[in-house]
Amino acid sequence: MKTHVIVFPGSNCDRDVAVAIQNIIGSSPEMVWHKDSTINQSDLIVVPGGFSYGDYLRCGAMASTSPIMKSVIENANKGVPVMGICNGFQILIESGLLQGALMRNSSLSFICRDIIIKPTNTKTIFTNKSTISKMPIAHNEGNYFANSNQIKEIEDNDQIAFQYCDENGDINAHSNPNGSINNIAGVFNKSKNVLGMMPHPERAAESIHGCDDGRNIFESLLS
Amino acid sequence: MTSSNWHFDTEKSLVESHGLKLDEFEKIVEGLGREPNLTELGIFSAMWNEHCSYKSSKYWLKKLPTSGERVIQGPGENAGVIDIDDGDVAVFKMESHNHPSFLEPYQGAATGVGGILRDVFTMGARPVANMNALRFGDPNHPKTKHLVSGVVGGIGGYGNCIGIPTVGGEVNFHPSYNGNILVNAMTVGIAKKDKIFYSAAAGIGNPVVYVGSKTGRDGIHGATMASAEFDDDSEEKKPTVQVGDPFTEKLLLEACLELMKEDAIIAIQDMGAAGLTSSSIEMASKGNVGIDINLSKVPMRAANMTAYELMLSESQERMLMVIQPKKEELARSIFKKWDLEFEVIGEVTDTKKLILHMDGEEQASIPINILVEDAPEYQRDYIVNDPSPLISFESKDFEDKDILSDLLKMISHPNLCSRKWIWEQYDHMVMADTVVRPGSDAAVVRVHGTNKGIAISTDCSPTYCRHNPYEGGKHAVVETWRNIVASGAEPIAITDCMNFGNPEKPEIMGQFVECIRGMGDACSKLNYPVISGNVSLYNETNGEGIYPTPAIGGVGLIRDLSNTMTIDLKNEGNVLCLIGESNNHLGNSHYLSIIQNREDGGTPSINLDDELKNGKFILDCVAKKLLKSVHDVGEGGVLVAIAEMCISGKQGIKIDITKDFLHGFFFGEDQARYLVEVSQNKLEQLEVDASKSAVKIERIGEIGGTSISINSIGEVELSSLIDHHTKWFNEF
Repeated sequence: MKTHVIVFPGSNCDRDVAVAIQNIIGSSPEMVWHKDSTINQSDLIVVPGGFSYGDYLRCGAMASTSPIMKSVIENANKGVPVMGICNGFQILIESGLLQGALMRNSSLSFICRDIIIKPTNTKTIFTNKSTISKMPIAHNEGNYFANSNQIKEIEDNDQIAFQYCDENGDINAHSNPNGSINNIAGVFNKSKNVLGMMPHPERAAESIHGCDDGRNIFESLLS
Repeated sequence: MTSSNWHFDTEKSLVESHGLKLDEFEKIVEGLGREPNLTELGIFSAMWNEHCSYKSSKYWLKKLPTSGERVIQGPGENAGVIDIDDGDVAVFKMESHNHPSFLEPYQGAATGVGGILRDVFTMGARPVANMNALRFGDPNHPKTKHLVSGVVGGIGGYGNCIGIPTVGGEVNFHPSYNGNILVNAMTVGIAKKDKIFYSAAAGIGNPVVYVGSKTGRDGIHGATMASAEFDDDSEEKKPTVQVGDPFTEKLLLEACLELMKEDAIIAIQDMGAAGLTSSSIEMASKGNVGIDINLSKVPMRAANMTAYELMLSESQERMLMVIQPKKEELARSIFKKWDLEFEVIGEVTDTKKLILHMDGEEQASIPINILVEDAPEYQRDYIVNDPSPLISFESKDFEDKDILSDLLKMISHPNLCSRKWIWEQYDHMVMADTVVRPGSDAAVVRVHGTNKGIAISTDCSPTYCRHNPYEGGKHAVVETWRNIVASGAEPIAITDCMNFGNPEKPEIMGQFVECIRGMGDACSKLNYPVISGNVSLYNETNGEGIYPTPAIGGVGLIRDLSNTMTIDLKNEGNVLCLIGESNNHLGNSHYLSIIQNREDGGTPSINLDDELKNGKFILDCVAKKLLKSVHDVGEGGVLVAIAEMCISGKQGIKIDITKDFLHGFFFGEDQARYLVEVSQNKLEQLEVDASKSAVKIERIGEIGGTSISINSIGEVELSSLIDHHTKWFNEF
């Protein structure tokens, strides 16, 4: 499998996701500098977490205009799997590949802790091995929002990827860490080849992390 | 000298406003053979303030043990370096950012983190962990919550953005910090032994390069401000606080590490306190050379900046380097890739002087040795007061039935309650190498790509130091050592952050001297040297000093991460044992301060032989895989430690013991003790081994259930413990 990880100035989970890909998928991804203009032949493009451009304007807004994003969008439109994690999710929303918005956490503070998510649609290339999974979140702006028309559209089209839940898989206010509407933790594009998610599967990818539930997303891509 | 015989052309008030004493000014005139111009006066002020010159502390700091078989670089460089096997080294240091954090908590704390990160990556190391040690005033003081929120926000804001995990730290509250909070930030980095970078400039004619952010007017005289006491008008000093830009620092980190892979850098120095002044002078001094700088070339953020402002600005995220002339274009291209400033602003010379030009005119010419070797050094007067007397408490003074309600009060107190609210605002998992997250005795991070780890702990008990600076100094060192042992690591070395009041007061100087003596004894006995550090004096407001606070950051090595220990109780049916002697020492304990609102009874004394013996025993047991969890018995005593283990592991315990003096046993703060969890089938071996090593061991109880129950006393549910433990910060 040929994989690519985009590196923006301020990306800081690029190495982490590269290590997870190497360990799980079995080959090192090519690290692509944001000023490059093309990605040829990819089986997976990851837009990693971090603070691209310091998140100084609006999270992901500046990175979404980097030269490489044109090629990311082209590849996505051709059906290449594209996955945005955390800041990568924010970038994919800003670039128009995914719907909705990510607002400041309802607590108004950064949150770093384990949460539990439940796959809402397990018939996609990213989630066919997914079950209820524990993995960390680490963000300040992960409060997903979409207006009622958009919510209806993404629900009708099975575009919700993950929802925050409790240990029993119940989706409730108590298990919602950041105020996301309908506990949404991740969404797909219409054709389900683009995934954006706030939790970090690459930080729950080996036993030393205390939990390796994040592996199932990468393993899904292998099958 | 009195004002009547002031015979210089320079205004006396100008000299005083630069924080220089009149005899120090005379020394400058004598050294230069003339009076300094304004820029030169500013440079002397920046170099000779307490913060940069260590003039009151240097004499005493030299008494600390700084060498050992694993020490590659001791104090004196940007950070210390220790050998962690396989060609790897750990680089670390702790530094204070107290004065700015009190004035502007978010930016003060943020730039504290930024500064210590630069100290570490300047050495060629990739930072892998941030830690901190924080002190705030009375929890009910009107400013405290604002300061806590700001400091935590600033530490998180900087560390999260740059992508270095903040893996732990310590926080405590005491009224002595009402007017001077302490923000001590520590960074640990990992480098290759043959790729360590130093700051000594070399090679006459080699280019001196400025990289990073542009220079603005922020932070001018920051180091001088940090060398003075506060008064009611200190708010006016806010403009001396720098503003951090973690995004630029991330770029600077990546650019520097990328350039360090090339054979290009001869010397590198971070522009921290006193900015361009201290960085250029330190590089020249260490290399025994001179440096010429053309200030017109310095990248500037504001128009019409003067030589004085450029030399004294503490704008953040800047570095000074001497590079191989042949690699200049390569270096330039790397910094350009990362959208950073790169400017050759001067060259190394053989004059042994710092010579500054701007717009074609000479602005300063100062022999380096006057600035550095001839810097003032004081052996200040000191008085060592008698330690607070020991009080022996007896069982009859306490009502034993209140033990569990006392426990709940204690674990809900700000000094002992859960710090989850804080660490959840720090990204403590980025880099995906965090093995032990915050909340255990020591944080553990994996050395990337290996199966070994670094254990890190920060600690200090200011109350102990206030009532017995010698034992308090020992305690601060020993507490980190014990925390590292409890995580299954071999303790290697420490960094220290010496926070004290005004050293011109003999009793404050006495506290400093005694703390150093205690630290030195502990370090020597434990083979646990000091490899870096920082001194912050004048932590006073309106003449009121803080408690002596020698914060210690300890680092240890776990060779095999499968031996990592945590505090959370693991399995029902296992047995909890106490290692070490208990002598009911309630003096200056958390029990007395929280439950009885008294601060007396004396600091517990520390028997270093016992510490060594018990610590080695724990590490032997870890190596033999006898233990399931380990927790150092520290603040609050045995019962608080048990509660922490239960809360962390979501396990209950049935405590079954017989003691004449239950309060003394459960809440006494005797030293050199650990709680260990052992499975039933290893219990006998553990007890036999302890007896062979002459280590005291006693069974405390069996793990299981959903409560802490104590025979003859009663029980308290785990859910109630958790509620009490998290309440204070949850309602923040």
